[in-house]
This record gives sequence, structure tokens and C-alpha cells, in this order.
Amino acid sequence: MSDHDKIYSTKLQDKIERSTLMMFVFTAVAVAIGGIVEIVPLFYLPNTGMAGGDGTFNKTTHKDAQGNAVPMDKIVWNPATSAHKTLDDWQPGDGVRPHRPLELAGRSIYIREGCFLCHSQMIRPFRDEKDRYGHYSIAEESMYDHTYQWGSKRTGPDLARVGGKYSDEWQRRHLKYPREVVPESVMPNYFFLDKAMVNSEQTVKTMQTMTRMPFNPVPKTIYTDAYLAGAKAQLEGKTEMDAVIAYLQSLGNHVKFQEGVNYRD
Amino acid sequence: MEATQAAPVKYDMDVVRWFTIASVIYGVVGTLIGVIIAFQLAFPVLNFDNPYLSFGRLRPLHTNAVIFAFGGCTLMATGFYIVQRTGATRLWSNGLAWFTFWGWNLIIVLAVITLPLGLTQGKEYAELIWPIDILIAVVWLSFGLNHIMTTAIRKTSHIYVSNWFTMGMIVMITYLHVVNSLALPVSLTESFSIYSGVQDAMIQWWWGHNAVGFYLTGGFLGIMYYFVPKQAQRPVYSYRLSVLHFWTLTFGYVWLGAHHLQYTALPDWTGSLGAAVSLAMIIPSWGGAMNGMMTLSGAWDKLRTDYILRFLVTSLAFYAMSTFDGPVMSIKTVNALSHYTDWTVGHVHAGALGWMAMVSFGALYHLVKKLWNTEMYSDSLVNVHFWVALVGAVIYVVAMWVSGIMQGLMWRDYDEYGTLTYSFVESVSAMHPYYVMRAVGGALFNLGTVIMLYNVVMTVRQSSATRGVGVVPAKA
Repeated sequence: MSDHDKIYSTKLQDKIERSTLMMFVFTAVAVAIGGIVEIVPLFYLPNTGMAGGDGTFNKTTHKDAQGNAVPMDKIVWNPATSAHKTLDDWQPGDGVRPHRPLELAGRSIYIREGCFLCHSQMIRPFRDEKDRYGHYSIAEESMYDHTYQWGSKRTGPDLARVGGKYSDEWQRRHLKYPREVVPESVMPNYFFLDKAMVNSEQTVKTMQTMTRMPFNPVPKTIYTDAYLAGAKAQLEGKTEMDAVIAYLQSLGNHVKFQEGVNYRD
Repeated sequence: MEATQAAPVKYDMDVVRWFTIASVIYGVVGTLIGVIIAFQLAFPVLNFDNPYLSFGRLRPLHTNAVIFAFGGCTLMATGFYIVQRTGATRLWSNGLAWFTFWGWNLIIVLAVITLPLGLTQGKEYAELIWPIDILIAVVWLSFGLNHIMTTAIRKTSHIYVSNWFTMGMIVMITYLHVVNSLALPVSLTESFSIYSGVQDAMIQWWWGHNAVGFYLTGGFLGIMYYFVPKQAQRPVYSYRLSVLHFWTLTFGYVWLGAHHLQYTALPDWTGSLGAAVSLAMIIPSWGGAMNGMMTLSGAWDKLRTDYILRFLVTSLAFYAMSTFDGPVMSIKTVNALSHYTDWTVGHVHAGALGWMAMVSFGALYHLVKKLWNTEMYSDSLVNVHFWVALVGAVIYVVAMWVSGIMQGLMWRDYDEYGTLTYSFVESVSAMHPYYVMRAVGGALFNLGTVIMLYNVVMTVRQSSATRGVGVVPAKA
């Protein structure tokens, strides 16, 4: 060390530098703190889309313009209180629901092809994003998304509310050869999805796995044994293209957003 | 460091040599894949209608190759080298170091096979499937244990600053890798994160940003603190700055991940906290950069003749620049513009090309000369590599800054009727010239790594021809 720097820091620092064990322990503690402070509260604070053990979403209350709380089962679909009792009967606006078999198969393909690397699924609360993509995304909307799909880059547009925006036929043509529909697009051609069949066994296993998740599992009241038993039939004869389209068409129309409600606190 | 020169010590340098060569090779491969995917974004026909070569599958291969293959082998080569030299001792276990070498390379081979097949966990920079994740944990711990135990059996009184940073990296990457990779498997090749939505996003970026903070920054600062003083033949400028630099980064960097999620469904307080600490991190980062730069006090003339030193000093300039760019981007108002755009890509590459790769090149050239006890086959090729890499990096970063800011401005632009001025696809076509520029910049950078590979191969051949293979360096 240079001459003008003769003063050594502190006795403690000197001790730490002489001891591998102390250096290890001090470092191991110092690097742990920030993560604990930022991550742990997200499991018990409100507005994190985390279903508490009692189904209360950790006291999350979204209030309308009059200050009345919007019931959480208007936001997250609850077959017990909803008019529509099964996943097949569910209608857009009934609230956030888990994926149906074909959609879940499509989601696996979406992950496999790395779609999330160019397409986000997280609309921010800005005027331009509202005009371009729709209402801002809320925590509950991705609560069943094990391995979240928010993305970090928009080489292509956000897909959080792409469901219903285009017809199935448009999606099919666009996925196969994007530049046939959008000449300026830089997306790869995914024509090969039309030729591969969905792996139905793997999809059913995925559904079962989703019910076993330690955090935000799909309730067994939704993925009931009877529903799981019928899942395979829904996947019969479907191509990977059908699955991806079903997934895309399911995105973003779950919640019926009301004017004047702040869904962020 | 004085003690290292006191007595002749036998070191375990064979494994360091292999890691060094592997790193030089992976530098070529990783940047080449980067060039390919950069051209794919400019000219989508280059996806060749082949699923295995499509952007979505090759992009993770690029990030894994540069971060874990090139970066990892560099960190392990330099880590094992520095810990022996600064402790005046051999490795705690040479056998375990070889296990680390073969294990790490096995992981890289598995990554090359699985990622193009579309086998992925779908988490950025943590794509590899769960069986490989377990292997990573085992091999990483073998490196960590060996490094820490070698620190423990050192002959010198104090632990050298480089080894503090490496220890921080070992501990933090272990935490991150384990917590972020927790998943329930569906099959041998597919699994899903046990977290969802908000929690998964926060944990992913806690991982993502600290892979940057502790692996790509901390680990490489360890390299900087050894190779800059060695190459300049000057002691580190300020011991106290090193202490400040280390502890503030070690404690502070961990908090930054949340700034990747500003204005998302993550609660606002988390992102704000991340941004506040990000801004505070400018101080230690610049302190550290100054510490490296000022180490050259009285030795600046060496830059005229010492091309290796040029790499090291330039890397510090890029380090200072990206550690300013990053905190600025974490500010909410800036992030509102920059997030989701190419600005992020530009920022990452200012760090990855300018800082991480440059400091690696400097260290690797230094290592090659020491390990094979020879001069470089061609010094002027080192100089050519330097200029090609620098020009390439600058073209890349500037192209992405411009395109990123342009994207952000186009997306939020309104015309006089109060409607959005541009459709999304208009922003895509506006990016085309910048995507071409970026690909050219990347290609130049890749060319630099090829020049380096050639130079290193010729250097090793020349040294084995004149001295026989596997010579142990005679002195420090």
C-alpha cells in the first residue's frame, strides 16, 4: 500500500482481514440483509397477489371511488361465490383463473420458444400504455403464473391483454409467418408449431404440479380430480399451434376493471 | 503482496492454464452467438426457419456462454491464480480444482445441447433445467470450498482484497442460485418455479441483478484489484478506498434488484427502495474505479507501450460509466422511459463488453505471459485486439442508447389529436439501422476475441517449442 495511506482502517477490519472465518461470516451476513428486507414482506403484505392461508389475500382491499372495498372474489375467480362454477363455464370478467389444459400446454411452448425474451406481459400505469395495451396489470393477474412471464424487454409489443384482440385465424397466420401479416416484423417464423402435437400427458402432469405449489397453488376446488381426469380429452388432436393460440387468447380478460378503482393500493 | 516474492513456492498452475485457455475459446464462441442473434434481429431471415437456431432459443445460449462459460472460466482461472499467489500457498486441493474444471465444462456442454432444444426454465440468466442447476450448485460449491480453504491455509497474515471480493461472490451466488432455482419438476427436463407473479419477479431480479453485482462486478473487481497493480507495477492506490469499496458494495448491491420492476405490479416501496440504494451505489463504485485508475499514478506513461494495461484502464473507465448509467436508469422517471427498451441492452453491454470483457482480456493476457513464462507471440496483435474491441464496444453501446431512447420516445408520443403517434411496428422498423449497427459493433468485438485466440495459441506453441510443455513459472 502506498505511503500516504499508513493509517489502517479499524481494529475490527484488521481482525476480519486476518481471519478467513470472520471474513466469511461478516460477508455472509452483509449480503443476506437486502434480499431479506425486499423479498420476505412480499409474502405477507397486501397487494402482492399472494393468497393467504385463509384465502384473504393478506388483507388486500381495492377501494372504488366511494371508498367501498371491491370484494376480492370480483378480482380473483372463486367458484364457490361465482355464478360460473367450473373452469369450462368461466366467462371473461369473472376474475383471475388458472389456465385451462390447452392454454397451459401453450404456455409451456411460449416458455420453450423464449417468447418472454421479446414480449412483456406487464402493462405499466401510464397513459400511452393504457391506450396501446389496455388497463395496467395488477398483481393478482399473475398469481397463478408459476414462473412469471412479465418479461423485461419489448422487442415486440406487450402481450398482457392480447387475448381477444385478434382472431384465431390472424394469430395462426401471424405465428406461422409473421411478415405475411406484419411486413416490418422481426419475429422468427413459427410454422413448425402447426406440425407438432401437444404432449397431453406432460400437460396433465403440469396441472397436477400446479396444485402442489407451496405458494399460490391452483386450488383443488378448481383443478378438481374430475377436471384433471377430463383434461386429456380436451387436448386430443390439438397441435402446438392450437395451444399457443389458446394461451394468447386467454391473456388479460380475466378481470372486469372498474373506473375509479385504484388497484395498486 | 510482498510475501509472495519472498520464497519460491510451488503452485498448482496446470488447472489455471486450462481454465485460461477455455476462457479464451469461450470468449470467441459466446460473442459469436451474440453476433448471430444480433443479425437475426436486423434480418429475421437469419433464423433460417429452423427451431433450433431461432432467436428465442439462441439468446439464452449467448447469455449463458458469455456469462458462465467465458466469465466463469475467467473467474476461476484468476481466482485460483490470485488466491495462490497472494497467499503464497498451493491450492487446498488440486484434485478438487480439476473436478471444478471438468464439472464446469460439462455444464457448458450440457447448456449447448439443451438450450437449442428449447429445454429451459424460462428465467433470464437462470434458464438451465433443474438437473443442470443441481450440477451447477455442486460444482460452484467445489470452487467456493477450494478457494475459501486456500485462503484459510495462506502463509500471509492478511487476506488480500481480491479474495474478499471473490469470497463475497462465492457466498452470494450460492444464496441466489439456490433460492431462485427452487422449482417443482414435472419431468427430467421441465419444471416450474415454486413462486409466482410478484414474488417470482422479485426473486428473479434479486438473482438477475446480483449475478451482475457479485459475479460480473464483484468477481471481476477481484481481478481488477490484483491485475491492475501487477501490470502497472504499482501498489493499489488506497487501502481505505478498497475497504470502503468492498463493504459498501457487499452490503448495498443486494438491494438493487427491485429497480428492474419499477411501475410493475410490484409494490411501489420495493422499487423505490431499490432505486434509492442504486443511487447511493454511485459513490462506492466510483471510489473503486478511482482506486483502480489512481493506481497508475506515476505510471501513466506505461500506457504508451503496455497494451495489456490499456485493456485494464479502459475497463475501469467503462466500469465508472456503467455504474453511473445504471443508477440513472433506476430513477423512476428515467426508468419509465428506459424500461423495456434497447437502452437496457446498451447498459448491459457497456458493462459486459467494456468492463467485464476488457478487464478479462487484460488479465488473461497477463496470465498467459506468466503461466507460460514467455512474452506474447505478438504484442501488436494485442494492440489490434484492443482497438477492435474498443471500437466495437462503442458502436454497440451507442447504437443501443440511441435506439433505446428513440423507442421510449416513440412509444409515448402523442399527436395533436391526443392519439398515439406511432403504432408499435413503426418503432420496430425505426430500429432497423441501429440493429445493423449493433450487429457490426458486436462482430468487431467478436473479431477481437478471434485475434486473441490466435495470439494465445501461437504464444503457447512458441513457449512449448522452446521450453517444453507444462513449465512452471520460475518467479513472480
